[in-house]
Amino acid sequence: MVDLWQGLSQAFWLVITADAELVEIAMRSLRITLSALVLACLIAMPLAALLAIRRFRFRRTVIAVLNTLMGLPPVVVGLMVYVLLSRSGPLGALGLLFTPTAMIMAQMIIIVPLIASIAHQSLRDLWHDYHDLLISMNVSQTQKVATLLWDARRALLTAALAGFGRGIGEVGAIMIVGGNIDNVTRVLTTAIALETGKGQFALALALGFVLIALALAVNLAIHGLSRTERDGRW
Amino acid sequence: MKQKLILAFGAICIAGMAQAAEVMRMAVTTSFHNSGLSEVLLPAIQEDLDLEVQLLVVGTGQALKLGQAGDVDAILVHSKAAEDAFVAEGYGTHRREIMYNDFVFIGPSGDPAGIADASDAADSLQRIAGAESAFVSRGDDSGTHKKELSLWAAAGVDPQGAWYNAVGAGMGAALNTASGLNAYILSDRASWLNFGNKADLALLFSGDPVLFNQYAYLPVNPELHPYVQADLVEKLEGWLTGERAKELINSYTIDGETLFVFNAGEAE
Amino acid sequence: MVNGLFPLSVKGALTRRRGKVLVGPVDLELDGQGTCVVLGPNGAGKTTLLRMLHGIARLHQGRIDWACDTAIARNAQAFVFQQPVMLRRSVVENLAYPLRMHGVPRREAMERARDWAGRVGLGEEMLERSATVLSGGEKQKLALTRALIQEPELVFLDEPSSSLDGRATREIEEILTTCSAAGTRLIMSTHDMGQARRLADTVVFLLNGSVHEAAPAEVFFAGPKTPEAQAFLNGDIVE
Repeated sequence: MVDLWQGLSQAFWLVITADAELVEIAMRSLRITLSALVLACLIAMPLAALLAIRRFRFRRTVIAVLNTLMGLPPVVVGLMVYVLLSRSGPLGALGLLFTPTAMIMAQMIIIVPLIASIAHQSLRDLWHDYHDLLISMNVSQTQKVATLLWDARRALLTAALAGFGRGIGEVGAIMIVGGNIDNVTRVLTTAIALETGKGQFALALALGFVLIALALAVNLAIHGLSRTERDGRW
Repeated sequence: MKQKLILAFGAICIAGMAQAAEVMRMAVTTSFHNSGLSEVLLPAIQEDLDLEVQLLVVGTGQALKLGQAGDVDAILVHSKAAEDAFVAEGYGTHRREIMYNDFVFIGPSGDPAGIADASDAADSLQRIAGAESAFVSRGDDSGTHKKELSLWAAAGVDPQGAWYNAVGAGMGAALNTASGLNAYILSDRASWLNFGNKADLALLFSGDPVLFNQYAYLPVNPELHPYVQADLVEKLEGWLTGERAKELINSYTIDGETLFVFNAGEAE
Repeated sequence: MVNGLFPLSVKGALTRRRGKVLVGPVDLELDGQGTCVVLGPNGAGKTTLLRMLHGIARLHQGRIDWACDTAIARNAQAFVFQQPVMLRRSVVENLAYPLRMHGVPRREAMERARDWAGRVGLGEEMLERSATVLSGGEKQKLALTRALIQEPELVFLDEPSSSLDGRATREIEEILTTCSAAGTRLIMSTHDMGQARRLADTVVFLLNGSVHEAAPAEVFFAGPKTPEAQAFLNGDIVE
């Protein structure tokens, strides 16, 4: 219990004094996860829409695979990306290992299935409603996708925020592909792991509280931006 | 409001762009990092050589693997047998000794196995095994782990049983577990001194010469991995075996205790 | 409005589901004069027939030929579904949607949408509200207007007022009468005899998936040819 209170007060102190190191790793955490999120959404959402609209033979299998991939252990993804990006590996020449870019890549792989799965469910329900009308109106495939994505935007936002949550709290993959290098690839979660390993529980907890606060701030900001809960209709 | 948030996001992105000086990557063991010595050495290296050394803090096994793959330019570990093999197999060019510290036995302050009166390291381990007192092992193929295994072998004991816990983790994490289990554990002195969660644990046995722990610097073989920055690696080696390093290493203390002894000789 | 769709020729058209015949085989010739009402009890297959004609239900046998090319034909038609499909947008955005999809610039589309909304009595205060909160009658009116805004040659209506109260039904029928007078062709289904009498110029009587009779309205109501049709007109339950 002592650690918890110490952690809280340390967190408070770190934030109030805008501790330089804390700011650096917090900003890096945000940058990496938000970048991964944007890229993942650009891939996952149109994919989910297409999956909802098109009927093809292996659709059910693809959806099942997507749902399964949601549970992929991040550390496994990290290892696979490491093997790809390692100097001895196929993409080694790119020199991306132990850089934030590698971390963004790994996080993207982790959150795409999550966003796609959640988005797909809502888009499928919506398509069920819209199907007859849009076909009757002779709307093009691209327009169908665009209409679905726009009208389902609230549900898509939930999917995106779920992806953000998964990413900001993730540590296994980015530890391996980022290397937790001080000033370069250290972020909140890897710093927490490091401090925990050193037995510095209070500091680790403090960083944890900062992480939670950060995630909350982002969620609130996004809700504010999208003006949800305005007309009482979510 | 919207604009402010977008600006903030943009600022975050820009702030992330780092300027690179000369940069090299080195894999070091968790025990080396936990000692805190790197925080003294790195700024000095930056100052003297204008060289930024990026440290990847991993277990010895992983450090060797990274060296083999060519993902780092050099490694600093403490496991002579593994290091010799590394060089013999052609992954490293040579092995250069830098400094040594020592290992110590940590355990519950009540000392149920009575190792505080042991004659040497082997005797300590025999007592622990005999009393079947809880013992935590690194279990991660690290330098510390290999040292521990060699000590068991020298003591003629095969550690088996519920009392022997192999955790498969770094020094800090293993110490945490020992703290939680109130168990014995072999640790390097530096990690122990820096450890923040001592609970009921205490330093019970040390001083046996067999517990000395040699750190060595191994450049990754540039013939195998041409993009390794051999010139920077050589510069660093020169510094690590030079006067400034000797002074910093020998004078590094935690709570008034020196930890490392500089012993770099001529290049092999 | 150039009458390019008609005459419509339907030969042996048949649709199945899970091996069972839903509608067909149907032979029909429609010349597109005025309003054609597809009449019949519930379960007769009226919805399916309309969907077949519009091309959104698959034909397993036979053919349906419009006077012009099939590709152009679909664009000249609109369909109002029995349960109106509301896009999750505002009322005015729903109206403007078909225009936007066919390349009309946003401002012009919204203007035309507001104009039409005014014409059918969808008030100003409703325009910005979400379409999903409208009442049943308002939704149907919106769906119908959204169909009309495309200025189609032909509008299909599947039981347009079956779930509406008297007032809403009257409003819908008024709009339909106005459109018909302006030259829009209507093919609508209903099981409401009164509505059929009010609106039909031609009647197609459908029972159990087969067309029993297709005739001008006066002819049909004066003397239907089949006993089932007569029974239906008498108000009996017809199976």
